[in-house]
Amino acid sequence: MSRSDVVVTGLGATTPLGGDVASTWDAMLAGRSGVGPLTQEWAAQLPVRIAAQLAVDPSEVLDRVKMRRLDRSEAIAIIAARQAWADAGLAGSGLDGERLAVSVGSGIGGATTLLAQDDILEASGPRRVSPHTIPMLMPNGPAAWVGLELGAKAGVHTVASACATGAEAIALGLDIIRSGRADVVVAGGTEAVIHALPIAGFASMRAMSTRNDEPERASRPWDTGRDGFVLGEGAGVLVLERAEHAAARGARVYARLAGAGITSDAYDIVQPHAEGEGAIRAIKKAIADADIAREDIVHVNAHATSTPVGDMLEIGALRAALGDHPVLTATKSMTGHLLGAAGALESIATILSIRDGVVPPTINLDEPDAGLDMDVAAHKARHLEIPAALNNAFGFGGHNVALVFTRP
Amino acid sequence: MTRDEITAGLAEILEEVAGVNPDDVAEGKSFTDDLDVDSLSMVEVVVAAEEKFGVKIPDNEVQNLKTVGDAVSYIEAQS
Repeated sequence: MSRSDVVVTGLGATTPLGGDVASTWDAMLAGRSGVGPLTQEWAAQLPVRIAAQLAVDPSEVLDRVKMRRLDRSEAIAIIAARQAWADAGLAGSGLDGERLAVSVGSGIGGATTLLAQDDILEASGPRRVSPHTIPMLMPNGPAAWVGLELGAKAGVHTVASACATGAEAIALGLDIIRSGRADVVVAGGTEAVIHALPIAGFASMRAMSTRNDEPERASRPWDTGRDGFVLGEGAGVLVLERAEHAAARGARVYARLAGAGITSDAYDIVQPHAEGEGAIRAIKKAIADADIAREDIVHVNAHATSTPVGDMLEIGALRAALGDHPVLTATKSMTGHLLGAAGALESIATILSIRDGVVPPTINLDEPDAGLDMDVAAHKARHLEIPAALNNAFGFGGHNVALVFTRP
Repeated sequence: MTRDEITAGLAEILEEVAGVNPDDVAEGKSFTDDLDVDSLSMVEVVVAAEEKFGVKIPDNEVQNLKTVGDAVSYIEAQS
């Protein structure tokens, strides 16, 4: 039996740039930054006082009682999944739940719930700790809630590979459909940890930008002035579908998810491999899995987080694996780094780039790093025919994921 | 505190915790069958009621509180 083709039939997102995919995409193409100051009282003492917060708070979308039972990462996963589901034309379609799976992960999980409930425990004692605490903080919570909302009975899966999570969750969705375990997989990532402790932790690693006075200029991948990533929050969800299944119901197809490559560095718990060896292998595997030539990849939505070391290592890996022909962009320059949702949101951007023939800009690339010897769509969106494109995502722990999307 | 006042207080809690319409709260209503209060939300209702009415409702009593009226009677007897 030939391997199933897998296509993308629905997209959903809530991001620092907009409450849905359309508004997020418009903002990306316009080169708008979603980064702003953190004005909350708890931020005053932090070395980092900027972040890319959601454009639309989930409490504006979900009712108050539901929000009481959801970690923020769960709430936005549900919102993005509902959008993707409706976008795919599956709402009210009567799809057999036993042919529907979910693969939604988070990099950090329900940390803000854990911290808030710990405050209650300390201040008021154990009886005041919410009975919703565990389902709110468990890492599988977002996937389980999405499965519950949509009636998924073919398995609900939670990938956790730090900042590669969203992309790896999509790769798992591809495997699930190829292996015949489901016809439709709702796949993506979610993250909502804009809180003093995660920020202090990342800041202690010296991983974050401290450009507090210029929030919109702080996320600047590949620029000589980059000084770390900017934390973002949001969720991105894709509806993946067996191509024959999508065709049979006359679904609109955005793109093919043609291939995925997953590797691990076995090198260091947080530092990427010094020669990008694992990243190179992931990209090569994704291209081989997609059964295309490296020359076919004309655009890459890079992982590029605006860190001094990682950004240029990725350039080296891309050059080694693909050559220097693709047009790159780093949409984190606008969205900040959504950690476990990054690979999902950037997959959505990659897919829309293919659909619309346009690469969103990398903003703030004012003085490119001397080692940046590839073509980047700096400052302005670039119109380009894109038959095939790549999305990279790398995570602490040495996770490398590359996804290839092609025109349907 | 009268039974009506206790019922009204419970209705406030049920609205806050579980989104129950206060107009639906009456002594004859079952928490689970009529008002759709699930087991985790019931825990929240109990803790909030203890605070509001200054009573103790041990876990082994909670299972006997099937209806709003059961809870009103328990709280009335304790306070």
